[in-house]
Amino acid sequence: MKATVTIMLKAGVLDPQGKAIGQALHGLGFGSVGEVRAGKVIELELAETDPSQARSQAEEMARKLLANQVIESFKVDIS
Amino acid sequence: MRAGIVVFPGINRERDMAIALEASTGRKPRMIWHRETDLSGLDLIVVPGGFSYGDYLRCGAMAAQSPVMSEIRAHADRGGHVLGVCNGMQILTEAGLLPGAMLRNAGLRFLSMDCHLRVERADTAFTGRYRAGEVFRAPMAHGDGNFFADDDTLDRLEGEGLVAFRYATPEGAIVREANLNGSSRNIAGVYSANLRVLGLMPHPEDLVDPLMGGTDGKPLFDGLAAALAA
Repeated sequence: MKATVTIMLKAGVLDPQGKAIGQALHGLGFGSVGEVRAGKVIELELAETDPSQARSQAEEMARKLLANQVIESFKVDIS
Repeated sequence: MRAGIVVFPGINRERDMAIALEASTGRKPRMIWHRETDLSGLDLIVVPGGFSYGDYLRCGAMAAQSPVMSEIRAHADRGGHVLGVCNGMQILTEAGLLPGAMLRNAGLRFLSMDCHLRVERADTAFTGRYRAGEVFRAPMAHGDGNFFADDDTLDRLEGEGLVAFRYATPEGAIVREANLNGSSRNIAGVYSANLRVLGLMPHPEDLVDPLMGGTDGKPLFDGLAAALAA
């Protein structure tokens, strides 16, 4: 199965990268853009064939390494 | 004092640290490769600066999972002293040995310049040769030095006296202009709950000899040598 882990800075944590991207978009004339948040996506190929097992494995990986839960939240999608 | 310096792939400040430690202790520190697991006989373990594992994923995230880290954790659990500077602080926060986390600098720029640090307390093994409230100069060189913790954690750190250093003006004022990387409450360094693990972003080891342009950082190492004399 494939697990897609999306990691974002938590609400309330300053995201200077997102801010800079937002400013650049405004500079390009996309004036309607509001807040921009930047995160990362990590795709994992798992040998597991059971979706709920795959999910719990990916969540454990996210908790242990992929995300720092002091500053980041994550979500796992299985396909 | 017997000191060891942990060396991860991508670390590049271990020799500066060795010079500073040897100047204060008269002993060459032991260099510890990240795959080693025997840290017995050491009073102080230093995690130096650099770019461990290329700063992949998050600064310090990979190093925090390496074999030597569980030994460093055991050393800290035994009441041993640990010092993390720059990438070392990032590694110690990622490993959970220190509270909080390090974010990208608020201005998004890598900052390489001198800053001034106010010593919040002078009664720890690290700060015995400074006075509380004293300000010293230290070079900083980092892209991810923006200390973050939630408000409850920050209140607790302040309440328990676990803030080690704050970014200040040369006169000691804790103001926004002195807080170049945007750290929460100007925090440049923090202690563990037992005051034996210290992490800070700037580099006291780079000002320990007049030839380096100053000796502002030397009291930190002299203080450690005196406190951990064996």
